[in-house]
Amino acid sequence: MYIGLLQIYFIVPWLASCFRQSGARVVVSARTYADFTPQATFDIKKCDLHKLEEGPPLQAMLSREEGLQYYRTMQTMRRMELKADQLYKQKIIRGFCHLYDGQEACAVGIEAGINLSDHLITAYRAHAYTLTRGGTVREIMAELTGRRGGIAKGKGGSMHMYTKNFYGGNGIVGAQVPLGAGVALACKYLGKNELCVCLYGDGAANQGQIFETYNMASLWKLPCIFICENNKYGMGTSVERAAASTDYYKRGDFIPGLRVDGMDILCVREATKFAAEHCRSGKGPILMELQTYRYHGHSMSDPGVSYRTREEIQEVRSKSDPISMLKDRMLSNNMASVEELKEIDVEVRKEIEDAAQFATTDPEPPLDDLCNHIFYNNPPMEVRGTNPWTKLKSVS
Amino acid sequence: MASLRCFLRSGKNAVTAVLRREFHGTPPAAVQVTVRDALNQAMDEELERDERVFLLGEEVAQYDGAYKVSRGLWKKYGDKRIIDTPITEMGFAGIAVGAAMAGLRPICEFMTFNFSMQAIDQVINSAAKTYYMSAGLQSVPIVFRGPNGASAGVAAQHSQCFAAWYGHCPGLKVVSPWSAEDARGLLKSAIRDDNPVVFLENELMYGVPFEMSEEVQSKDFLIPIGKAKIERQGNHITLVSHSRMVSLCLDAAAVLAKEGIECEVINMRTIRPLDAEAIETSIMKTNHLVTVEGGWPQFGIGAEILAWIMEGPAFNYLDAPAVRVTGVDIPMPYAKILEDNSIPQIKDIIFSVKKTLNV
Repeated sequence: MYIGLLQIYFIVPWLASCFRQSGARVVVSARTYADFTPQATFDIKKCDLHKLEEGPPLQAMLSREEGLQYYRTMQTMRRMELKADQLYKQKIIRGFCHLYDGQEACAVGIEAGINLSDHLITAYRAHAYTLTRGGTVREIMAELTGRRGGIAKGKGGSMHMYTKNFYGGNGIVGAQVPLGAGVALACKYLGKNELCVCLYGDGAANQGQIFETYNMASLWKLPCIFICENNKYGMGTSVERAAASTDYYKRGDFIPGLRVDGMDILCVREATKFAAEHCRSGKGPILMELQTYRYHGHSMSDPGVSYRTREEIQEVRSKSDPISMLKDRMLSNNMASVEELKEIDVEVRKEIEDAAQFATTDPEPPLDDLCNHIFYNNPPMEVRGTNPWTKLKSVS
Repeated sequence: MASLRCFLRSGKNAVTAVLRREFHGTPPAAVQVTVRDALNQAMDEELERDERVFLLGEEVAQYDGAYKVSRGLWKKYGDKRIIDTPITEMGFAGIAVGAAMAGLRPICEFMTFNFSMQAIDQVINSAAKTYYMSAGLQSVPIVFRGPNGASAGVAAQHSQCFAAWYGHCPGLKVVSPWSAEDARGLLKSAIRDDNPVVFLENELMYGVPFEMSEEVQSKDFLIPIGKAKIERQGNHITLVSHSRMVSLCLDAAAVLAKEGIECEVINMRTIRPLDAEAIETSIMKTNHLVTVEGGWPQFGIGAEILAWIMEGPAFNYLDAPAVRVTGVDIPMPYAKILEDNSIPQIKDIIFSVKKTLNV
């Protein structure tokens, strides 16, 4: 006991003062990880609650490892999307391309609150989720450029990327919500204590099939976390012009809901953990509204300034950028150094460059893949070509 | 009368069954089974065989099925496997597709296929196209089933045939059984198939009994999807049909036989993939073709068959243009006299055959 008192009153404060002192910017000295704060607790915004007595905690713990990992992932997403913007303008990516920059805290925060063995489905702004669910930057970019090394062999494109326990990437607004509840039904049926995160946007939130899904998910107590990513605009229509009630977290009516600061990754993570606990304890579905923002327009064909002001975009960038927020937190709590984060930036840039290089040089899919993957587990069959004499081959 | 003919028609099966059983010394265990019961038994056996199979739809559980096709299943399997849904087709069809993506094998019932229009996006965009869009990463082993086409006195919104609509789409298999044997073997195949199958039943056929041989009654009796069946051999003309219209073709054939015209009646069994080879082989023998369907003429089943034949080897064997017998190109009226004259009758088939044969 005497030793214990010694530790508390002398040794620990001494150690702490050592940590505090090493904040000095000495370029020459290499800082070991032992110099950093291993873990810190942050205050996070209180969530607005609907039909809930309690909400997620008001504080979140962040370890240095977690912080660095979140930073790296968000930065990877950011740079990947910006690279996609570049490639699209060079006409190397065609068709639809809906970019996620600004919303990174949502994708990373959600994944931090669930397991890879859980399930997730989203709409078409899906590149970031493909990454968090196990896809690599290479195969995502190669899918955008329509090459054989793409995650869907070039046959899906921006909106149709899949990995294990990730059901896309869905092009029809709102259709993914019943699908997600169906995945949750399978989770419950198979009894593996898994859940399904089912995402949709503020635009989709008015879809009838979503309300049909709320009803059945609630009736059957499906382990489904409905998440509305409210980035304030459904294409070019602001939420006020589209929804009679913009309290998206309340729209589930009989389903409990919470409104979450979607620009704060810790807020998103804690809310997701809270929601996951709710589902796993058999209480049925729960709804989360993440208030977030996209810097780009709706898609690459939308400059994004005819229905909102440049000032608004700039304000969000300077005051609420999710990556900056995390970076500031970590730096001001001595959890990382500027150099270290810069190094991560460099590594990320390199990864993106390599991926872009692959995505622009990998060949397109071979023509004899044209008719494959119509049916699963089927003997090879013939598919009519563009004229009666052209019979093409299709294998599973 | 129809049931007597069915019995007589399958008499050949019964006889073969007897001869085969002679060796064992047991009598043939052929039975009379209605289409409804055949569907019920098929689902029961598949539910028993594979735990991942489940049925969802309106009134399938406690009501025993709107048309009693799922009678007794809820009592036997309970709430987990036989699920009553609210009247929300788009929602529950989507839920069924999602469940299929995540490893289950749902049977999604539409009370009639007219209501599938509410959910058709989930059938086409979420189910049919996903295996292709994911380049083989995500399969969708689901069956959408329910009554299709004209019924009796249910008027325009409840009488449409969707065979052509679903038959249009790559990524789907579309099946249209006629007899109890068809219903049983094709439903089992559909449930065991790892791909989305649209299973078009017919309400007016549910109560019709057919002879079912012991072989057909076996738990692993399957009819391959994509293969037509010749229900009646003939030399003079080929009649191609699906679902209830097969009955009318056989009736017309019986009448024509008295006049010395022997019709070969082909039961398509599957709409997609179309068994063009069976039709071509028949035309190469008979040199004449009439297709018979309950649906509307434009861009329909008959239109597709005729196009195939035009483009294929059988064209050179046709001695007369191939023609289609179809439903009248109008929304279905209610009054009985009008309704009766909106769909093909036996006399329409006989008339078209004689015109084609120029007799």
